[in-house]
Amino acid sequence: MTKRIDVNNLNVYYGGFLAVEDVSLAIEPNSVTALIGPSGCGKSTFLRTLNRMHEVIPGARVEGEVLMDGTNLYDSSVDPVAVRRHVGMVFQRPNPFPTMSIAENVMAGVKLNSGRMPKPESEELVEATLRGANLWDEVKDRLGEPGSSLSGGQQQRLCIARAIAIKPDVLLMDEPCSALDPISTLAIEDLIQDLKTNYTIVIVTHNMQQAARVSEKTGFFNIAGAGKPGKLIEMDDTTTIFSAPSEKATEDYISGRFG
Amino acid sequence: MTITDKRDTYDVPLTAHRGFLANSAFTGLSTFAATLILVLLAAVATFLVTEAWPALTDGGAVLADKVEWIKPAAGESLIQIIGYLVFGTVLISGIALLIATPLSIGIALFISHYAPRRLAAGLGYLIDLLAAIPSVVYGLWGSIVLVPALQPFYQWLGSTFGWIPLFAPDPVTGVVSPTGRVALSAGIVLAIMIIPIVTAVTREVFLQTPKLHEEAALAMGATRWEMIRMAVFPFGRSGMIGATMLGLGRALGETMAVFMILSVGLSYSFNIIQSGEHNTIASYIAGQFPEANSYGVSALIAMGLALFIITLLVNILARWIVSRRSEFSGAN
Repeated sequence: MTKRIDVNNLNVYYGGFLAVEDVSLAIEPNSVTALIGPSGCGKSTFLRTLNRMHEVIPGARVEGEVLMDGTNLYDSSVDPVAVRRHVGMVFQRPNPFPTMSIAENVMAGVKLNSGRMPKPESEELVEATLRGANLWDEVKDRLGEPGSSLSGGQQQRLCIARAIAIKPDVLLMDEPCSALDPISTLAIEDLIQDLKTNYTIVIVTHNMQQAARVSEKTGFFNIAGAGKPGKLIEMDDTTTIFSAPSEKATEDYISGRFG
Repeated sequence: MTITDKRDTYDVPLTAHRGFLANSAFTGLSTFAATLILVLLAAVATFLVTEAWPALTDGGAVLADKVEWIKPAAGESLIQIIGYLVFGTVLISGIALLIATPLSIGIALFISHYAPRRLAAGLGYLIDLLAAIPSVVYGLWGSIVLVPALQPFYQWLGSTFGWIPLFAPDPVTGVVSPTGRVALSAGIVLAIMIIPIVTAVTREVFLQTPKLHEEAALAMGATRWEMIRMAVFPFGRSGMIGATMLGLGRALGETMAVFMILSVGLSYSFNIIQSGEHNTIASYIAGQFPEANSYGVSALIAMGLALFIITLLVNILARWIVSRRSEFSGAN
């Protein structure tokens, strides 16, 4: 069920403003792809075009194509709502629904897709999903408590559980650890390694060590200056990017000379 | 002179300084304001109780003698009248609330989540303007324009849904009110009056929904309506209840519009398209006050006390509803 993504000549606009210019890349199934780059370089914007979440902002549009196993996500017959059921997303700050319990949070997306489920079946799914998100042992005795009663790191794993409960093909992560402490970050990184066997993962991160630790491929985005569009400078195996990048800008960035 | 030439410090004494006066003045002012509102509330309650006391403890004998509209023989002692009026007030406000709440939430959602930005701004401004129209204008418009226009509709309601007690035609004449000055009309006009305030408050609440939660719902494949049910409504729940109670408060106390529209009477009838059956506390007081002697005024104030208690109960109920699942609210 995991799928590959091919992006061809993608331009992203906010109204008349070109935010990301001419991105072409391939994302392999069952791999972790990291996107790095300085703030404002368009990596988050690009990530959001992979499940059409950028369309939440009025005036946002794209040119070019995003192929998921050959199907263009921007084809006129494709429904953005359906795209998001195949391409899940985890955000920068943990955002469990505060009005729902831990178990209800896990089931939130499932309810959308398949309506109500018989109780034993849904309990089973909650357990399996929370186990999948390395959270079960910590919350199994308080599934009825609000999701907001958990720590930040646990909340983020709950959000990952919520995203994988609907069994997406691809999982997008937008700086999932930037609001977390090092221990929680480690827990998420371990989880990413486990999830790779079942999902295609794309992660945006500010933390270059994190990119080096979790990903097979790394793409470096950069921006020429304020008001200019962000561009994909280069993309290669993570080991190559961090040891022998072919572009000077990449080397400057990963060696800490700017950004 | 460079900055290193001389250590640049301000000579601040460790004793009280300039800001001290302003700070303590403001502390005093806000404490005074907070105390004042409590004193006012207590004063109103005391006034109502002491002024209503003679009428409440009268037992019927003196009042019936001195106040012409209190007729114990006709089943209209003070307590009985208050009973009818409480019923009429709650019935008409209930109708208003039933009509206004879904409409207001719909308008608020349209403004906050559906309309294009420019249209939303204009519409929001228009709704705020509607809230500024005085109730006497609504009363005039209701009695001259709306009520005659509604009468044929009541005719149709009576002939089609007459088997529902709410819309039953007169058992003797077999027709509904020919004037249209009925509880449903008063309820509709009250609904129109409270829609702006309920809309304005719920719109603000809906706009406060954290982007994070909306995006969480959308990102797992929720449609806009599903997103609203998952993120916007749960977050805005207490705000929606608060807005509704604000509207109810206005409907309960509204005097002029009801006074101008309703053909009054005293009964416990649930028939809302029959005239001469209902009246509200506020409208009754407004009608009787100009002619009332001191006994009559005391009786009217007893009615005011009843309205005060209803409003208090409504507020307590609203707070209880809001607090029931507060640990799950969007606030934490």
